[in-house]
Amino acid sequence: MLDTRSPDRLARETVTKTDAAPKRRATAETMATRQREISVSEFFTKNRHLLGFDNPAKSLLTTVKEAVDNSLDACEEAGILPDILVEIVEVQPAPSPASASANEAKERTQGGPSRFRVLIQDNGPGIVKPQIPKIFAKLLYGSKFHRLKQSRGQQGIGISAAGLYGQMTTGKPVVITSKTGKGRPAFKIDLRIDTKRNQPDVVDEGTVDWEPEHGTRVEIELVAAYRGGRTGVQEYLEQTVVANPHMSLTYISPKGERFEFPRVTSELPREAQEIKPHPHGVELGMLHMMLQDSGGKTVKQVLVDDFSRVSPAVAQQVCELAKVNPRTPAERVHGEELERLHKALGEVRVLAPPATAVVPIGEELLVEGLKRRFSKADFYVSTTRPPKVYRGNPFVVEVALAYGGELPPDELAEVMRFANRVPLQYQPKACAISESVYQTNWRGYELQQPKGSLPVAPMAIVVHLASVWVPFTSEAKEAVAHYDELLAEMKLALQECGRKLAAHLRARAHAQRESMRRSLFEKYIPEVAQALSAILGVPKEKTEKPFYDALPSFVRFADDGKGDGGDGGGEGGAAAARTPDDAEEVGKTAKGAKKGKPEKAAKGGKGSKVAAPPPEPPKGAGSGKRGKPKRGEQLTLAE
Amino acid sequence: MATKTKTNKTERDGETLTKIEKLARQVLTQATKGNNPAVEIRTRTLSNVSFNTKRKIIELGDRTQSREFFNTAMARKFMQTLLVASGCKTLIEEGKTISIRQMFYMTKHTLDGSNENTFEDQSESDPIIEDLEVGIDALREELHLFANRRGLVVGKLTVNDAGDTIDLSRMGRGGWGIPSICESDHLKFVKNSAEFILLVEKQAVWHRLNEDRFWEKYNCILLTSEGQAARGARRFLQRMATELKLPIYILVDNDPWGLYIYSVLKQGSINLAYESMRMAVPNVRFLGMSAFDYKKFKMPRAAEIKLTKEDIARAAQMKAYPWFKDTKWQREIQAIVENGFKMEVDALLTKSISFITEEYIPKKLKDRDYLQ
Repeated sequence: MLDTRSPDRLARETVTKTDAAPKRRATAETMATRQREISVSEFFTKNRHLLGFDNPAKSLLTTVKEAVDNSLDACEEAGILPDILVEIVEVQPAPSPASASANEAKERTQGGPSRFRVLIQDNGPGIVKPQIPKIFAKLLYGSKFHRLKQSRGQQGIGISAAGLYGQMTTGKPVVITSKTGKGRPAFKIDLRIDTKRNQPDVVDEGTVDWEPEHGTRVEIELVAAYRGGRTGVQEYLEQTVVANPHMSLTYISPKGERFEFPRVTSELPREAQEIKPHPHGVELGMLHMMLQDSGGKTVKQVLVDDFSRVSPAVAQQVCELAKVNPRTPAERVHGEELERLHKALGEVRVLAPPATAVVPIGEELLVEGLKRRFSKADFYVSTTRPPKVYRGNPFVVEVALAYGGELPPDELAEVMRFANRVPLQYQPKACAISESVYQTNWRGYELQQPKGSLPVAPMAIVVHLASVWVPFTSEAKEAVAHYDELLAEMKLALQECGRKLAAHLRARAHAQRESMRRSLFEKYIPEVAQALSAILGVPKEKTEKPFYDALPSFVRFADDGKGDGGDGGGEGGAAAARTPDDAEEVGKTAKGAKKGKPEKAAKGGKGSKVAAPPPEPPKGAGSGKRGKPKRGEQLTLAE
Repeated sequence: MATKTKTNKTERDGETLTKIEKLARQVLTQATKGNNPAVEIRTRTLSNVSFNTKRKIIELGDRTQSREFFNTAMARKFMQTLLVASGCKTLIEEGKTISIRQMFYMTKHTLDGSNENTFEDQSESDPIIEDLEVGIDALREELHLFANRRGLVVGKLTVNDAGDTIDLSRMGRGGWGIPSICESDHLKFVKNSAEFILLVEKQAVWHRLNEDRFWEKYNCILLTSEGQAARGARRFLQRMATELKLPIYILVDNDPWGLYIYSVLKQGSINLAYESMRMAVPNVRFLGMSAFDYKKFKMPRAAEIKLTKEDIARAAQMKAYPWFKDTKWQREIQAIVENGFKMEVDALLTKSISFITEEYIPKKLKDRDYLQ
């Protein structure tokens, strides 16, 4: 329709319209009719990205991961060496509501969504029958949320979310089989989540014959996509195997391939001690809740009883700092008083939390773990740093490197990130662990490193952060937040390993150089001896022998025990062992240079032909030999 | 005659053999003591030569370099030095003389258990031979070695070489090839009726002059060095200078390289500085071509060849040599650079075919237009 009015008038009319008060759209009453409880399925659908179900490929990974993490935690808590089976079976192509288009077929061949059944079975303690439905079919139910203890899972949302995802995409219930001991029945329960009430709904239950003495088996059917690569299930399992040398794993892939990873140690990780919150790390909301739940105690009593490292004297000091009467009933602390108390807790001088709360993998086992994935590297090294604290949370950083051998030589080093033994596969760029690798100057350790990049080397890097509370950048738990204290420790650990690697590389280069020099001399000795023999008219044996006898004084043999990069500070030794000669040529009067080098390894003798390869440093070089108390045991730290 | 040569040989050869044996014994003793066996060799670089202003020749300094066996950078050359020493010993004992190329083949073989050769090509063995010469202080012919002969001669001279009498005025168009060893035990001057000696750098120019019977007309000995003069030609020239006492004129191209050929004849080279005493002829005269000849002879533009970067760099290098410090040389070199072009002797043909024989050389000689 053509508007014939002048533009002026049109503008004026618009202005008048907006000046009028807006029309009321709803009343409190009408709005109340729409206010109701949000069902878990709605919550889940809206927040699936927070829980790791953003897309079909990631959903598969998250499902496997939650189940395996739970199994490992359960086994360790019960004191059982975990035997875990993971099997993924492609059941049938995903139901396509619209008729399968060519596009969709193409997507499927490229790892597009399909229907899978995931089965995870452990030899854990099993679950008592009444608990089974709650654990597997009720969101936000678990044992780990309410305590401060190093464990893999932290929120109790994972496995039931996986079940819910399966239920929402396939309509199939989760099937749990569990047995708690020899001679006891094995229960098999089919579960659904009543999404309206967030309650488990037992569809079917019964006892079955089950061979294992104890354990739990979870079967979930879901729409998912199977992919390889950095974010795939196989990568997750292989990395898990590295960080859990005590775990034995069997994995059957959708293609029917069977992978066996027998355990490499029968030593269970020490049980992590549960600790109370430390005054320096407590958050305001947490503090409020602790005070509210105190059951009639005074503020001072709550501080002493419910916090780690708070003595009555310290509690008194906190109250004075906060200007709060220590005898105030805890429930009555609100508002400004609460804030002052929180601030005082953060400022008071107090011992660091007990380091026993953190369980590292350990230098030797970390190398053993790494060997499970890269068994044919030339050199392994690892470091477990002493426990440190950030915001009242104790943590330990560990690093291991595998170098050389069958690792690809001209590619970026592979970085494996772990938090409490769980691989972190997503968001490497956002993670403090990656950052610490980038910030380390690998060029100082004889490696190539393009600016702002990972080192280019046949190398795999493991960084493990063990802590009571790992600070992730988001609820998806994909990347570690950039805390200065964490970054500093990671870099120190990387540097320590880097130095040992550099010492190894230098020793190796030196041995290669010496071996080359030696074979060069050995190549020419017969010629020189022949010429001397012809000139002087003496038998060749007589002219040859003095040269072979003198040879050891001019070549450093590889078996002289130098620069093996082990036992701390091998670096200096190796560097000093470099040969200074061989640079000059005709024209530079190198008078008497390096005459009769001091040499302690004359034992190589004239007979042996080739220098031995450099000695391989002992696994976890440098560990356990320093006479220090074993780290992580009954150590407390000054902050 | 032949018997006399032989007795001479044994005497000199005995000394040379002793020198070689001394070297070998010294090396073996060092190894036996556990020291690094080494051969001391006088350094043959610009930094170790000096210009003796009195004698007007280039002399090798005393600085030596230790060639060690247990040194990866030197082991191969050490081995090669001993191979050549051993080879020379065999030659002396058997009374045979071979070329340096034949020495390359004599000492070349494949090393056990590798595909590396003791010498890969002659450019590797030639410097080793020179090293041995200075290392044991022996002359090349004392080692029973000679280089490929280079250089031709015709003219009013009769020589006796190894028993054969040769009249150099009856050599036809090809001339007589100057042998690579021109010591008095082989070569003697029998009869001379020449008044001066003319040496030209280029064989083509020599041919031009020979065809025009220049040497006959002007009663001289005509040589060509065929480029940079070989040892034989240099020794031949020096012996003529001292024994025949004739003035010697040099005709080279007008460029830094030509000047350097003259310079080597006059005072010796850096690489063979240890031989200067036997080879340099300090009173040779530089006849041409001079940069100033361009104007003097009204050369056409066609005679010019533009200087290259290398020519200019070489000129600068030569201006810095102590034996070119004299003002007249500085002027001559500077004139080339200022001209911005070089001239070949052949360019005289731009005037006429026999301009060189009939006008250029006679006029230069008549005007005493040369440098010394």
